Amino acid sequence: MSDVNNATTAPNSALAAERAEDEYTGPMLAADGTPLKRSLNRALRRQKISALLLIAPLLIFVLVTFVAPIADMLFRSVENKIVQDTLPRTTTELKNWDSEGGELPDQAVYKSLYQDIYVAQERKLHTRLGSRLNYELTGASSLFRKSGRGVDDIGEVYQDQFEDLNAFWKKGENWNDVLGSDAWLATMKDWKKASGDAQPPFEMRDGIADILPQTANYYLIFADFVQNEDNDNLYKEDPWPLVYSAFYDDLTGPTAEQIAAYAGPGATELAQAAAAAPSFDSVDYAQAFADIDKDWVELPIWQTIATYSPRFTNGYFLNAVDMQKTPDGPALRPDDERIYWTLFKRTLFMSVCITLSCILLGYPVGWILANLPARTANLLMILVLLPFWTSLLVRTSAWKVMLQQQGVINDTLVWLGVVADDSRLALINNQTGTIIAMTHILLPFMILPLYSVMKTVPPSYLRAAKSLGATNWTAFWRVYFPQSVPGIGAGSILVFILSIGYYITPEIVGGRTGTFISNRIAYHISSSLNWGLAAALGAILLAVVLGLYYAYDKIVGIDNVKLGG
Amino acid sequence: MADTSATNAFVEFERVQKSYDGENLVVKDLNLSMPKGEFLTMLGPSGSGKTTCLMMLAGFETATHGDIRLDGKSINNIPPHKRGIGMVFQNYALFPHMTVAENLSFPLEVRKMGKSDREEKVKIALDRVQMGDFGGRRPAQLSGGQQQRVALARALVFEPELVLMDEPLGALDKQLRETLQFEITHLAHELGITVVYVTHDQTEALTMSDRVAVFENGRIQQLAPPDLLYEEPENSFVAQFIGENNTLEGVVKEIKGGTCLVQLDGGGLIEAKPINVTQAGERTRVSIRPERVEFNKDRMPEGAHTLKAEVLEFVYMGDIFRTRLRVAGTDNFIIKTRNAPDQVRLKPGQQIEIGWLAEDCRALDA
Ligand SMILES: Nc1ncnc2c1ncn2[C@@H]1O[C@H](COP(=O)(O)OP(=O)(O)O)[C@@H](O)[C@H]1O
Ligand SMILES: [Mg+2]
Repeated sequence: MSDVNNATTAPNSALAAERAEDEYTGPMLAADGTPLKRSLNRALRRQKISALLLIAPLLIFVLVTFVAPIADMLFRSVENKIVQDTLPRTTTELKNWDSEGGELPDQAVYKSLYQDIYVAQERKLHTRLGSRLNYELTGASSLFRKSGRGVDDIGEVYQDQFEDLNAFWKKGENWNDVLGSDAWLATMKDWKKASGDAQPPFEMRDGIADILPQTANYYLIFADFVQNEDNDNLYKEDPWPLVYSAFYDDLTGPTAEQIAAYAGPGATELAQAAAAAPSFDSVDYAQAFADIDKDWVELPIWQTIATYSPRFTNGYFLNAVDMQKTPDGPALRPDDERIYWTLFKRTLFMSVCITLSCILLGYPVGWILANLPARTANLLMILVLLPFWTSLLVRTSAWKVMLQQQGVINDTLVWLGVVADDSRLALINNQTGTIIAMTHILLPFMILPLYSVMKTVPPSYLRAAKSLGATNWTAFWRVYFPQSVPGIGAGSILVFILSIGYYITPEIVGGRTGTFISNRIAYHISSSLNWGLAAALGAILLAVVLGLYYAYDKIVGIDNVKLGG
Repeated sequence: MADTSATNAFVEFERVQKSYDGENLVVKDLNLSMPKGEFLTMLGPSGSGKTTCLMMLAGFETATHGDIRLDGKSINNIPPHKRGIGMVFQNYALFPHMTVAENLSFPLEVRKMGKSDREEKVKIALDRVQMGDFGGRRPAQLSGGQQQRVALARALVFEPELVLMDEPLGALDKQLRETLQFEITHLAHELGITVVYVTHDQTEALTMSDRVAVFENGRIQQLAPPDLLYEEPENSFVAQFIGENNTLEGVVKEIKGGTCLVQLDGGGLIEAKPINVTQAGERTRVSIRPERVEFNKDRMPEGAHTLKAEVLEFVYMGDIFRTRLRVAGTDNFIIKTRNAPDQVRLKPGQQIEIGWLAEDCRALDA
């Protein structure tokens, strides 16, 4: 006894050290004295890196083929740079215009519009912009097509006057001699198209841009277009009328007095033109556009351009929920133009119907499969999977044959006397048709998870319930059914998400009243080419699905979903 | 066999047969009768038909032939949920989506019992198995032993008179198994319920039961209280299956009075008690329990029969010594001696003489 006391009270150094170690409260240390956490992390890092490298190809594949398209789609639904890209000068000028003031834009805007449309029509971009704006304002498409043809005439007013003044201005060579640098001119004159060498890129003569800034600007655009897009010999090419109107602007503009200082090639012709220009007939751009189409001197087209000039727009999304942009902000479209809200509601309603009928039909099948001996169950499972081996189109078309007014089902019902011959059921080209056909097509996606979950519920649970006094029904409902809920959940999520985005079957059997939102999306992607709207509809659909998924998680719990084992 | 058609029989199997496939009989001519309050264990190797018997009693399998009676009434046509038999399954079969209390409340709910009565009974039942604090847990949050206790409580909560248990302790470790064995027998006697218990573990069968039915191949080989089963096995299967046993094969030379002489195949003539040998010339297996064999000359009982033996192996097991010998041509003759201060520890290679009393040596079927 005294021995023990001694040992604990004596100042035993080894014991004290041991105790100190026990009482050490800082981070755990590894054998080499580094904190345990850090040396563990170091040990794990290598493993993590090699694991990451191992899955890298898959990761990249998933990113490229799955994440990137979705991101692109989401981006397209708000992206709107076509207006700004096609009409850069006009949209800049329009910033100062008050779209609600009731006044038309001023001359400067019309002039920019002329310049923009001229460049655009040379590049054949104006019709694309027309189609884009046509989504927002009916008639915009033809307006732009017409204007593309009309802008040629506007610049020719100046072109004719300069050419009448001096034939010097008629020829591309002369323009190049004035505007091109000497070095460029030297190499350009040696260049032969047939040689196959690249055309020497146009270089501006030093100082020219100071005295003829606008001419230089548009000549550069012209030169770039000729050399790089048309691949013609720039030296021989006569300039666009647009260049002449810019030339006129320069000669009558603030840099006009510097022209006298110019002494390069064509100095005399330039001086002559500078002297004559102020007395030229000038162009009233607004009037010119009014002559092309009256719509240009009315407010709606300008308001539309102004509204859609920012790079990003919520216009597609507004459109997708049956709203539109007005000068007073977003507003509902007129009653007869509202279609998407109805379509969304119908899509959700029908997807719910399809999911419910899949549960009703799939549950007993899953039950039977799970309770049969393995051999028979496997055989029947092949029958369940058989539809997967048949083309979707074939299956859907088969339903067309079955469900017609003169089809197999109606014939049978009439023969049985269930329905009268003159009141055959309309089973196709409506919602009923879509629901029947899609239930059939999606049924395996319900049966498979149900089966694999039911397979894991041991039969002893039912026996236990019965031994405790439960009738067959009570045992099923209180004990078996709750355990099969994860299968129902997984099947429902699969079927619902598949059906909400289904396209081909509603297209074939849905008629007018049985189509889904996805049919509309497909229409916008392949027929109307309104990809932005299609993207917005798709993004809304995605949000709805994610929302429902979230709600499911909150209500049922996502860990309550089992696809098997 | 040991069927005594008692007048106060509570559970009765009469000439019961069962076949699943129409070709093989899994249960062959089962006759069994249990009085109320008995703890009967069905013991046998895997596949011998124990579970099948239990399932027929519970109503989940129908007998192909024969009659099963409960309290004098034939139950062949009563569906399982009306039989009122409590059952404990090997995998416990606790409903995973219900809490422990809900699991226990379930049989009371389906009996349309009021809420307050239910709660009271659930509480009593849980306290009885020391699980009173676990009512709010899910089965998955309990250990194996705790789950087994809950399963037991659930089988008892609706106060059945008959409780069936199919290898309820099979998945537990040895120590827990022993604790629960004790608790189950204790509870059964306290509540006065009749229990049919299935196991393949002979120790479990011997320690828990009032009577043990040894199954083999769809037949009851012997139905007897544990001590009789061990000390007086009626055939060589039971002798082999229950406890450790030494077998010597040979031919009966003569039977006279209460003993017979057996000529061993490995040489030697021994005296034995004839159990199921009836005439001279029959082949027989002679069975001797290892602890009934003596080698110490001083302690050799009066009139013991002796044989020469060679020590092959000596194993120290703590409370006992286990020695393997070569006797009459077999290398597998075991003797067990208690670890006492004066006990001799044999060495391999030693030549000794062993002996036993003729009444400890039973001549059984070959
Ligand atoms: N549902 C069944 N269908 C067909 N054969 C079965 C079935 N259940 C058990 N058997 C067979 O019956 C025999 C006895 O099984 P069982 O009663 O479970 O034995 P034990 O419980 O003694 O291990 C075994 O050979 C087994 O293969
Ligand atoms: Mg069994």
